Amino acid sequence: MKIAVLSGKGGTGKTLLSVNLAAVSPASFYIDCDVEEPNGHLFFKPQDIKTEKVNVKIPQVDQELCNGCRVCVDFCRFNALVYVIDKLIVFNEICHSCGGCRLLCRKKAISEIDKEIGVVQSGKSENVRVLTGILKPGEPSGVPIIKKLLQDEGQENEDVFIDCPPGSACVVMESIKDADYCILVAEPTIFGVHNLDMVYELVRIFHIPYGVVLNKCLEEEENPAEDYCLKNNIPILGKIPFDIELGRLNSNGEIVARKQAKYRELFQNLLNKVKKEVQHETASNT
Amino acid sequence: MKITLPVDKKSKDANISSNLGRAPYFLFYDTETEEYNFMDNSAASSQGGAGIKAAQNILDNGAEAIIAPRCGQNAANVFMTAGIKIYKNISNSISENIAALKEGKLTPLDDIHPGFHQHGGRQ
Repeated sequence: MKIAVLSGKGGTGKTLLSVNLAAVSPASFYIDCDVEEPNGHLFFKPQDIKTEKVNVKIPQVDQELCNGCRVCVDFCRFNALVYVIDKLIVFNEICHSCGGCRLLCRKKAISEIDKEIGVVQSGKSENVRVLTGILKPGEPSGVPIIKKLLQDEGQENEDVFIDCPPGSACVVMESIKDADYCILVAEPTIFGVHNLDMVYELVRIFHIPYGVVLNKCLEEEENPAEDYCLKNNIPILGKIPFDIELGRLNSNGEIVARKQAKYRELFQNLLNKVKKEVQHETASNT
Repeated sequence: MKITLPVDKKSKDANISSNLGRAPYFLFYDTETEEYNFMDNSAASSQGGAGIKAAQNILDNGAEAIIAPRCGQNAANVFMTAGIKIYKNISNSISENIAALKEGKLTPLDDIHPGFHQHGGRQ
């Protein structure tokens, strides 16, 4: 069971939810795909860390072979190549590693070399296997790191939780594309509704079953995100209250479900609900 | 000497554009013959690397100097490699800047910024 947790903006509670769901599962695999600012590891503090580099290919030019035809310069939609006087120059940090320039060069003047763009770190935290992607600052895209992270599909008995980057851009699509189910985390504000709408549209395009967890809920207060779900017939999986004690524990890097029985129960109930939904979706799709 | 200025319209009374890579047009002016022409900046709509593409267009059109309010690091690297000088404009007027260049009153541009790269707000 592969569950992606996403939201239209940062700070809605994706990490809170995915970390705590992973913590209450008997055996789980937590994957932090928010590679620009991964923070799940701050909660899990995993042991036995193993680090693996992630490389992409960038072009290397043999100026002797280059005849200045500029096919590569015109092809590159990111404008990573320029031809100055009699020299082809590559802007490495702009290159998106598509390999098109090498394929198109009739003189075979372009070869490819490895460039390290970040790492993946694996470790263990009690019942949870933790995998974290870390992109180097300034790199144009985290997608290659996310691809590397998701190569590990998890073991048979493991519940897999994919903690997505915020928003609905390429990095999020890459993170959710093989998920069995998506949990959308929403805040109880009008702005929260706007952000929920973005990811709601995304999961429908991907035809992945989904449900919403309403975070920071205040009792007897209006909840525009809840209204939005009811209006659009979006399943509500559960609510996390606006709770100062929970917030304090979480902001100190504690896993609330491991700290207090009442929070363990809260996330256990959520996990049960999610599992039921996933089973239901799997059954109705076959 | 052939010079280039980023401008906001195809007219001699145009203003100098504040952004080099994404300026709508470039004015090319020959200081000897006093001939001039305008070119659409095909880099303006680039998803990324607009400064680099604009720099390629400018040097392909034979400019030897540029007058601009500022320039990004990537474009500046291209100009430096190509030996193209970048001068800081003294006003928004095309004619004032060309006159100042001829009199040797323009100073080299030192405001080379690291680039806005999708953080400069939409225009």
